[in-house]
Amino acid sequence: MAKSITVDDLDIYYGDFLAVQGVSMTVKARSVTAFIGPSGCGKSTFLRSLNRMHEVIPGARVEGKVMVDGQSLYDSAVDPVAVRRQIGMVFQRPNPFPTMSIYDNVLAGNRLNSKKMKKAEADDIVERSLKGANLWNEVKDRLGKPGMGLSGGQQQRLCIARAIAVEPQVLLMDEPCSALDPISTSAIEDLIHELKSEYTIVIVTHNMQQAARVSDETGFFNLKAAGQPGHLVEFNSTQKMFANPDNEATEAYISGRFG
Amino acid sequence: MATTVVAEDTARARSRLGDRVFSRLALSAGIAILAALAAVFIFLAIEGIPGLAKPAEFYGDASNFWGYVAPLLFGTVLAAIIALIVAVPLSWGIALVVSHYAPKRVATPIAYVIDLLAAVPSVVFGLWGISVLAPRLTPAYAWLDENAGWVPFFAGPASTTGRTILTAGIVLAIMIIPIITAISREVFAQTPRLHEEAALALGATRWEMLRLAVFPYARSGMVSAVMLGLGRALGETMAVAMVLSAGGGISFNLISSTNPASIASNIASNYKEGTPGKIQVLIATGLVLFLVTFLVNFAARWVVQRSERRLAR
Repeated sequence: MAKSITVDDLDIYYGDFLAVQGVSMTVKARSVTAFIGPSGCGKSTFLRSLNRMHEVIPGARVEGKVMVDGQSLYDSAVDPVAVRRQIGMVFQRPNPFPTMSIYDNVLAGNRLNSKKMKKAEADDIVERSLKGANLWNEVKDRLGKPGMGLSGGQQQRLCIARAIAVEPQVLLMDEPCSALDPISTSAIEDLIHELKSEYTIVIVTHNMQQAARVSDETGFFNLKAAGQPGHLVEFNSTQKMFANPDNEATEAYISGRFG
Repeated sequence: MATTVVAEDTARARSRLGDRVFSRLALSAGIAILAALAAVFIFLAIEGIPGLAKPAEFYGDASNFWGYVAPLLFGTVLAAIIALIVAVPLSWGIALVVSHYAPKRVATPIAYVIDLLAAVPSVVFGLWGISVLAPRLTPAYAWLDENAGWVPFFAGPASTTGRTILTAGIVLAIMIIPIITAISREVFAQTPRLHEEAALALGATRWEMLRLAVFPYARSGMVSAVMLGLGRALGETMAVAMVLSAGGGISFNLISSTNPASIASNIASNYKEGTPGKIQVLIATGLVLFLVTFLVNFAARWVVQRSERRLAR
């Protein structure tokens, strides 16, 4: 189920503006890969290019290759809708559908993918996904209540449950903890550790301790200079990145001497 | 010490001139609207209530006021419902194209043209309805009479002028499309990006994204838009007075020339040559229209609020 991603010399444009330039990396299956870097360096843009979500913005396009287990994502025959069904995403701020119950939120993706589901089957998916997101015990008695009634951390775990309910091959997380308090953050981080055994996870984070805690490999993005496109400075195992990075800029950023 | 500082601060805040002026202005604007509404109601009540119980000769063919106003009310509501049935799907469709489907350089001119449509005076729509639309529709009515005559709506005999309640409804529909479109477009465009992306990231197509994220968010605004359109359709005078050749009583037959006028158009056609007694009757029908419009709006708000409370729970 989990798949690896190979990116080869990827340039990402918004119209004529080159946002990210020349990224190449391999994201291993069943591992956590973190992207760090200053704001505006293109790490979120790059993450969103992995499931073609950046195309939501008119004029966005890429040059280069993204391969998921040998299948090119940007092949002209590939439907972006199909890509997003395979590669799930969790956003910065929790975004459960406000008009839906917890139960319906979890099933939203499944209902898109297959028209009719038996009640037992649906119940099963809801329970499995909520358990997978460590939320089952907190909400099992109020599945019919609106998802918006939960706390921020619970909402974010509901969004993770919604994303894994369709059993994606890859799970992308765009600063999933940046709107959460430390306890909720810790719950999500524990969850990422557990999900790693089944999913390929790519996470963008502003919190370097978080990158160090949850990830196996880390990529550091930076701008070449103000007004220049973002690029991948270094991509290495997290252990090496935080102990003995190859690149001076990486070390400066990680140790807080940024510049 | 600290308390005096706070006290001074609040004193200064209270005395800020701009805030005070603005708050008074907003308050008086709000009161003015309520006062105007109340004044209209009081006028209609004082002038109209005597019209409720006149001798039978004031009511034409009918024997009392309710017999007089019922066909007019029916005509008003029927024309407005036809207008909504035609206009609402079209307006929502246009609004979606503008807000979510068309590229910006196409969407902006479309939105602009639709807004311009709202500025066309209703007399012009009426003229267009009589001289262009009605003759064009006559063959269609004849066809409907022949082939779909078993449907009560198309029972015929088909009008030879085309000036039927269906034509009036279509003209009304074109008149209310701009307002429904403009408001729907605004609420569609205000859907939080986050909800749209939530749907797209689950692999929703654009239509599925609209269903999952946009419609639930926009629902109350969509209802408001329809209500404003309905209000205009119920009250529209000139276009209906010009297009519809009125006559006859309550009938669901949409394509014959036996349909009642609407309240507003009936007032417009009879006001000038009315005697004081007759005018009181007309104003009483205006009072009925006022109350019906009020009730419809009230009911719609209630429905929207109830559904929103259910969501918030």
